[in-house]
Amino acid sequence: MRLYEYEAKEIFGNNGIPVPEGKLVLNTEDAIKTYNALAPAIIKSQVLVGGRGKAGGIKFPENEAEAKKLAEELLSSEIKGYKIRKLLIEKKLNIKQELYFGVTIDKIKGEIVVIASSKGGVDIEEVAKKFPNEIIKRNVDIYEGLPFYEAMNMVRKIGLRGDTLKKGARVLSKLYNLFVKYDAEIAEINPLVVTDDGDIVAADAKLNIDDEALYRHPEIRKEDEFLTELEKEARANGLGYVEIGGSIGVIGNGAGLNMTTLDILRYFGGTPSNFLEVSGRTYMLAEKAVEIVLKNPTVKVLFGNFFGSAARCDVIAEGLAEAFKKGKIKKPFIVSMRGMGAKEGRKLLKDLGIEVYENDEEAAKRVVELAR
Amino acid sequence: MRMMKRQQKELSNLRGEKMSILINKDTKVLVQGITGKEGSFHTKLMLQYGTKVVAGVTPGKFGQEIEGVPVYDTVKEAIENHHIDATAIFVPGRFAMGAALEAIDAGIRLVVVITEGVPLHDSLRIKSKAKRMGTIVIGPNTPGVVTPSECKVGLVNTDYLSKGNVGLISRSGSLMTEIAANLTDTGIGQSTLVGIGGDAVLGSTILDVLKIFEKDKETKGVVIVGEIGGTMEEEASEYIKTMNKPVVAWIAGRNVPKGKRMGHAGAIIEGNMGTAESKVGALKKAGAKVADVPWDIGKLMKEML
Repeated sequence: MRLYEYEAKEIFGNNGIPVPEGKLVLNTEDAIKTYNALAPAIIKSQVLVGGRGKAGGIKFPENEAEAKKLAEELLSSEIKGYKIRKLLIEKKLNIKQELYFGVTIDKIKGEIVVIASSKGGVDIEEVAKKFPNEIIKRNVDIYEGLPFYEAMNMVRKIGLRGDTLKKGARVLSKLYNLFVKYDAEIAEINPLVVTDDGDIVAADAKLNIDDEALYRHPEIRKEDEFLTELEKEARANGLGYVEIGGSIGVIGNGAGLNMTTLDILRYFGGTPSNFLEVSGRTYMLAEKAVEIVLKNPTVKVLFGNFFGSAARCDVIAEGLAEAFKKGKIKKPFIVSMRGMGAKEGRKLLKDLGIEVYENDEEAAKRVVELAR
Repeated sequence: MRMMKRQQKELSNLRGEKMSILINKDTKVLVQGITGKEGSFHTKLMLQYGTKVVAGVTPGKFGQEIEGVPVYDTVKEAIENHHIDATAIFVPGRFAMGAALEAIDAGIRLVVVITEGVPLHDSLRIKSKAKRMGTIVIGPNTPGVVTPSECKVGLVNTDYLSKGNVGLISRSGSLMTEIAANLTDTGIGQSTLVGIGGDAVLGSTILDVLKIFEKDKETKGVVIVGEIGGTMEEEASEYIKTMNKPVVAWIAGRNVPKGKRMGHAGAIIEGNMGTAESKVGALKKAGAKVADVPWDIGKLMKEML
């Protein structure tokens, strides 16, 4: 679950990390009011995609008139396909230096990795490439935690001294603690600003929470706004659906097999419309799956590719047959079924007049031909 | 002292210095969550396959029997009454960490976490403890491990497997069976199939299992079924360069959108990390054959053996 900057900042603030004074607004009128109260202030679009600054999502108005114009413009535009609906108005900081603090997971080692850099305010992956020596990394065992002296060592290595050193170490330590407390996948401050007065303030805040751990955090928003409407509907039904945008609707069991189905379709020159997995916890939901895939108007052909292993093909076929009998499948429909329960599944669908295969190579070729 | 020696011998068996890897016909298996719907159903299938399921655990269900297998309240009790080499964990996501830590603590050497939906930080804790105790953890979110005609720990569909000399490592369950079927159709049997799981943090990575296969005398080649997300395939590539056995790979998820989770928790491209291009490139550079379509895998392996 990706949190918005304003949500992450609220959590950071509540956990002792200094954040700029600011307020979330949803319309121009409130934007101006807040701007006047905080001026000099900046306007930051609240979107869940990265690269917002480069895309023009952060504005620095000089006066009220400019603030009005810029807020209006932002609220009627989008960034990387995501419409801007919320703005964060924040008091402008006197920036002396921009740093980077991040906590994430080293997936291979299964450890937490804490990162600090003196080069903040830019893409950290770029910094890692160009100035590898400017990045201080420390792997931490979750049972051991990050001792305060380690945070101090790291912050000293990126050049902080005196009072600012202590303040920086406290922020890094608190960032680590909240990363663990909130089951985060990433907690990041970029940039972390050193002000002219030597204070340390999180000018930005990024916090992604592990979906599987959300049940432990009832205070955190559950609806994932990064998803499209159809993706939300699918998730509400326990189905993993991802919109891609081509002409072939795809359903299948298993994440790996489903991705492979997309690969095969592309191999033969087709364009898949989506990823949709009906398996594991959800294999009996084939009927609902069909409905969701066909809601996308770009779909010309529907392709079901199944290999029964944990999920049985005959159970999936029953769901598909239901959808077909109820007239929910009005587009050409091709099915390939192998594995457990495939023989029964194929027979059931064939008897209804659905074109079935026992081979995904032949089936995929046929589907791509129909989609042309 | 005697206990230590026995455990060391078991561990060396586990690590593939003797016989097929991880499990064989003599492996004694515990099922945690045995009275649950999944646990009891798959206990039956494991027994039918010839697996020696010797005990089960579900807190509060001591004294019951599932398919003739005695049920205990705790792993400790089960261990006191039976010799146990491996455990299959079938408990819901929020209890999986507790079950895994309990098994590791009790000294079980191979812990297979079938459960889907284990919180990421729980997996960090499982992995940390396993490292300290020298336990091999497979999963979470895995169909399990099978040595054909000998033993299965988990819920792999065994109808399409055949005994032989090619090892299989897979991040995907459904694809593991499908590709095993392709190998079987091509006349290539399998030594052991290891579903390492679809999560982002796994007890054992592709590299961990590759190393065991490389040492195993019965394994002549290895098939890797990878997918987008993370850097496991890239990490394994460095090792493949030094391997004596041929490797054939399939990477699922070319051309999928960035930042979206493709079913598996681990299948997500973050920034420019975890793309299929990067993985295919690294594997090819290391000398592995990467198939363009999944049905070529058996053929490619045959050419390399």
